[in-house]
Amino acid sequence: MSVKITHWPGTSLSSADFAEGRVLTVRGGVKAEYAWDAGVAIGRYLEELKRGRLVARRCDGCRRVLVPPRMFCEECFRPTDAWVRLADTGTVQTFSISYVRWDMVRLTEPEIPAVIAIDGASPGYGILHLLGEVDPKEVRVGMRVKAVWKDPAERRGAITDIRYWAPIREGG
Amino acid sequence: MGKVAVVGAGMTRFVRRAQETGKELSYLAARMALDSCGLTLKDVDAVVVGSAPDAFDGVHMKGEYLADGSGGWQKPTLRCFVGGATGVFAPIVGWYHVASGQFDTVLVVCEEKMSSCHPHPQGAFLTIFDHTTERALGPNLLWIFALEMNRYMTVHGITKEEIALVAVKNKKNALDHPCAHLGSEITVDDVLNSEVMAWPVNRLDVSPASDGAAAIVMCSERVAKRVSDRPVWVEGVGWHLDTAYWTNRDLYYPRYVEYAARMAYDMAGIKEPRKEINIVEPYDPFDYKELHHLEGLLFCKPGEAAKLTVDGVTARDGDLPVCPSGGLLGVGNPIAAAGLMKVCELFWQLRGEAGRRQVPGQPRRGLAQAWGDLMQVGTVVILGI
Amino acid sequence: MREKITNPDAIRTWPGKVPVEYVYTVGVASEPFFRALMERGRLLASPCPECGVRYLPPRLFCERCFSRLEASLELEPRGTLEAFTVVHVDLDGNRLDEPQAYGLVRIHGADTALVHRLAASDADEPEVGMEVEAVLLPPAERTGSILDIRHFRPV
Repeated sequence: MSVKITHWPGTSLSSADFAEGRVLTVRGGVKAEYAWDAGVAIGRYLEELKRGRLVARRCDGCRRVLVPPRMFCEECFRPTDAWVRLADTGTVQTFSISYVRWDMVRLTEPEIPAVIAIDGASPGYGILHLLGEVDPKEVRVGMRVKAVWKDPAERRGAITDIRYWAPIREGG
Repeated sequence: MGKVAVVGAGMTRFVRRAQETGKELSYLAARMALDSCGLTLKDVDAVVVGSAPDAFDGVHMKGEYLADGSGGWQKPTLRCFVGGATGVFAPIVGWYHVASGQFDTVLVVCEEKMSSCHPHPQGAFLTIFDHTTERALGPNLLWIFALEMNRYMTVHGITKEEIALVAVKNKKNALDHPCAHLGSEITVDDVLNSEVMAWPVNRLDVSPASDGAAAIVMCSERVAKRVSDRPVWVEGVGWHLDTAYWTNRDLYYPRYVEYAARMAYDMAGIKEPRKEINIVEPYDPFDYKELHHLEGLLFCKPGEAAKLTVDGVTARDGDLPVCPSGGLLGVGNPIAAAGLMKVCELFWQLRGEAGRRQVPGQPRRGLAQAWGDLMQVGTVVILGI
Repeated sequence: MREKITNPDAIRTWPGKVPVEYVYTVGVASEPFFRALMERGRLLASPCPECGVRYLPPRLFCERCFSRLEASLELEPRGTLEAFTVVHVDLDGNRLDEPQAYGLVRIHGADTALVHRLAASDADEPEVGMEVEAVLLPPAERTGSILDIRHFRPV
């Protein structure tokens, strides 16, 4: 019963079709801004960042130490039990050398986003952050890194209170 | 549960910018799917719409907006969404509409119009990151792919050259797809020498953002035998979501894809996927994702998918053709429509109607898979004839 | 186990927006509609050859029977006011200096209604069922937009 398809619909437009007004368009945006609540766990996380500390939540059900902290354990589906202070050192799990900004604008100096497993959290439990003070060519998975904090006066209770993570030099 | 068949399929061309509105694209694909099996809107009992976040098209409540173009006028209509995995989730929703016995004939339509979003759809992706702990860092969606790709390469010792072979294969396959956005003959060096976006991701490792729609018609066994001389049967479905705490997982392996696959294999009675499945359409928004997903789908051990590509096993005329359509890398990536395109491809391949894309040897069974959100969702459909 | 908020200063919100805007094509069915409005000051409708419904603005397809449609019917910009509302606040809830009336207008010869502004005038209180006509921008000012119709006013 199926018909042999000879025509595939869809009209492809070029940039020139827009630039030269060959097609009519309407512009618009979404006129809205948001104020997202940090919530209980992340609210505390931000306060501790302002003090120059990283914290996690421990679940006594599965014995995991969770960062970013959360008030419930998604595995045990029960409330987490206690706050745990973490070190501000960790290990690079993976990284990228990014030449594009969030809006695809090109960067000449790359950013180095990484997932960093934090010392004191469950093995492999990390956060997204940036690396600094390192030649992109020198970055390796498994590299040991330490948080470089903003001055206390500049901290505002944000993940960016850590400027970036820098390699821990041998003997340094 | 009742048996469920796919009896019709249709799709628009995937293009950089379409003149058609989203609902017009939906209509063109939906009408083609109905025409392909000689059905009309009167025959449709219910409609399933699949579409990615409203922020891409810039239409809030896109499911409602797309409903009339998808054939949902005065019918039970439902929009489903699981991120990039939506295109293979929509037929799963269609399947349980019919398998439950509630409906005999269901139209499944997926649409995306990425080109409306300026300056770039990346701006809309920002809000998928945690607003407090991640977004403040100014992330680009490419970051998480780059981070996952690097982890995958590092754990297994896989090279960018091996991964680039996937882009070369899929873009070449897409030359034979009449709807393809980006079919081309390129070399591994072209991929390696293309612009570095977020190392290890170069421009040609990535699928293009496209506009388009795709549709299928799903029926109960009773209706399928009446309206179709070659129904294609849904043999297995599976879906699985992992935690959104993506930085707490080892990204080298997509365990949520494995769990989705195991659910589908159990349903289909498949013990050895490598031997019992003839065509695979895994989700390939990036070239390494095809390899990552083949491993999650248990077609080989973790870390061995690159070798399958290097050895030509996954070529269209290979032992296990993978993305004979040209995939997202070649046909294009209008998110939800791209996933459903893979199901359409299986439908045409299993019926021997894929023309120049036809894989040799009369394939009996195929698998389509999609993936999405924060390295988090796997959806799997297995079709057989 | 929920922690009580004892220090309101510590309640944190994180500000943000979705930094995108949109450029929508008017689409295949609406392209001739807006061109006819801009160039000739006329309204196009698409009649369904199967079920007879005449859609205005035109559509590519009939939502009832899925027939493919053409914008083949050219109509005068006059019609009947089907419903109206008078708006006193703007999108942010601020009081408007002058209330603005909006209505659903069914153009003569079409079966579907068009939403648009109604002329502001104390003398002409809108009434459901009243005859209205479109007031168009001067041809030189039209851009191929629904706002090429300034508003509808009583005939």
